[in-house]
Amino acid sequence: MKRIISIVALLAVFGLAGCGEPQPTSRGVYMLMDTSGTYTKELKKAQDIINAILTKLDTGDTFAVARIDTGSFSEKDILAKVTFDDRPSMANQEKRRFRDTINQYVKRVRPSRYTDITGGLLQASEFLNEKNTGAKTILIFSDLDEDLKKGHIRDIALALDGFEVVALNVTKLNKDIVDPRIYLERLSRWQAKVESGGGKWKVINDIDRLEQIILN
Amino acid sequence: MPQLSALTSYQSIYVFIAIVVTIAALYFSRGPAHAAIRSLTRVIHSAMRLGAASLFHAEQKLAARNREVLLAAGREAAEQKIEREFDRMDKSVQRDLAECPTLQRRMNEQIARIEEDHQRSTDVPPSPPGWTNAVEAVANIPSKGDPMVANILDKIHESLVEAQNKARDAYRAVSKERHENLKKMRPNWRALQHSVDQMDKNVRSLLGRAKTIDRYVEDYEEIQKGSDRAIRNLHSSSLTNFFVSGLFCAIAIGGAFINFHLIARPMSEMVGGSNAIGAFRIADIAAMVIILVEISMGLFLMESLRFTRLFPVIGALPDKMRVRMLWFAFGLLLCLATIEAGLAFMREILMHDELATSAALRGQTSQVVFASDFLWITTVAQMGMGFILPFALTFVAIPLESFVAATRTVLGLMLQGFLKALAVCLRVLGSVIYQLGNVLVEIYDLIVFLPLWLERMIKANGGSARKGSKTATAREVF
Repeated sequence: MKRIISIVALLAVFGLAGCGEPQPTSRGVYMLMDTSGTYTKELKKAQDIINAILTKLDTGDTFAVARIDTGSFSEKDILAKVTFDDRPSMANQEKRRFRDTINQYVKRVRPSRYTDITGGLLQASEFLNEKNTGAKTILIFSDLDEDLKKGHIRDIALALDGFEVVALNVTKLNKDIVDPRIYLERLSRWQAKVESGGGKWKVINDIDRLEQIILN
Repeated sequence: MPQLSALTSYQSIYVFIAIVVTIAALYFSRGPAHAAIRSLTRVIHSAMRLGAASLFHAEQKLAARNREVLLAAGREAAEQKIEREFDRMDKSVQRDLAECPTLQRRMNEQIARIEEDHQRSTDVPPSPPGWTNAVEAVANIPSKGDPMVANILDKIHESLVEAQNKARDAYRAVSKERHENLKKMRPNWRALQHSVDQMDKNVRSLLGRAKTIDRYVEDYEEIQKGSDRAIRNLHSSSLTNFFVSGLFCAIAIGGAFINFHLIARPMSEMVGGSNAIGAFRIADIAAMVIILVEISMGLFLMESLRFTRLFPVIGALPDKMRVRMLWFAFGLLLCLATIEAGLAFMREILMHDELATSAALRGQTSQVVFASDFLWITTVAQMGMGFILPFALTFVAIPLESFVAATRTVLGLMLQGFLKALAVCLRVLGSVIYQLGNVLVEIYDLIVFLPLWLERMIKANGGSARKGSKTATAREVF
């Protein structure tokens, strides 16, 4: 009898030890959409990407889409955000609503004069840290050509520890075609910026394979 | 280059000196070194022998324990068989032999009726009247043409013929009656024959059961004696049980796995799809708990029905309580099966919702065509599976009981084999190390062969010189 009691007590101790602070297992995705200049023409692709991400996300996951404009470090730039309900049926409805919101936005989008990518990154990291998701992914749908308004200070060290930053559809500008070193230098500069903040950097230009690559 | 060659020659000299010194050291420490090598190998050999002996001893104890367990299990099984057979025989005796007095009474009645009929059938017909002889004598008197006498005789003749006719008719009537009596005997004979056949059948059945019991009792006696034959039979039976019941348990696990997938998805609609304990989602845990509860209810059901004996407490319950428990377990199982059927239905709805959402997100709304006419087939199939699987899993109790019982024996046998193999390995290794000591001593002597050879030479010369001086002294004496 003593033996049984000791075994039960041992199991209880192990059980309680296992019931500590639960680690978050949900995923958080924050997508930045560049709305500057001619890049607005690429937004149809962004819609496809958002839809693909929506099919991949599950209950309890968080998804937000924000635009990159003149001053992106603002909650006002978040176009749509959702933390999916625990119930799959509700989550499906939320996904449909999310898609409709984005569709509405794409229809009435206006190009911004400047491109504040760093501000968007700061906003994304702040948002995902607040949500305390298990995996944190920031998708940047942009040509990565940052163009700040005079007076905006963005020479700030990013805190991206535990983040995965994925640059999507990094299109080549005219100057890149003339001198590819500019394009490569731009990519490496962003990579250095993200990695110096503790994040992981990835570039995906093959949108067709995007669904297989992201969130797996 | 010359420096290098000089260095090499110095090195060679050093190496040579080192070898000489080493060999000398080895030579002078030869005796203790031999003793040390031999002691070391002997110690290891002894330790291993000791270890092997302990393992053999443990293996024998385990074998004895396994034997005891096996015999106890076999005894219990044999007792159960005999008990069951006696129970059947008891029922058979109660059913068949309880009818014996009735049957006997019926047979006696039938026999009495037959005897009565027989008696009636053997009654002789009434004898002709006594005056017929006198009339015959008068009728034989010669008439000699006397018409009076002839007339009298004719009258007598007529009377005689009439009497004979009457007697014949009476005889025929009696014979008919006798035949009727004999005819009445036939169903009685048949009934008697049937009764005897029934009795024979009952007795034969009892004899068959008695033979079966004899066989079981013989087996039981063998087990009681603990004979090798009984042990062999029990081992073989245990191994067969282990593999067969293991196979069925594996099938049941497959069933439980399918059942789990059937309800895990809709369960997230009830308890949430994102909450988790450790690495497991709560929805999955809830689905697993439902299945485990179903299996538990199945086990209790089987226990209450006395198909299995995993829980002696349930078996020992009073019949009334046991029946209540049976209905309670069955009721819970029915509820859970119904819930599962509902969840299976929910799963279908969720799947369609998810497919529709995915299609809408991919912009394939117009392309997605659901064959709604046939959807009911999968829905009904899933609901049916959800309802039937819990009841099907109930029967896992039977192989599980066999598996648990056989596993004890099989594990014991495996452990026994492992201990034996380990003991043999230790024994062989000990012997190898012992022989290795001899080999090392020989190798040691091989390294110091030069000083040894010199020693032998010197000894041989010294011996012959001593021998020579002794011979000279003797000559001088003589």
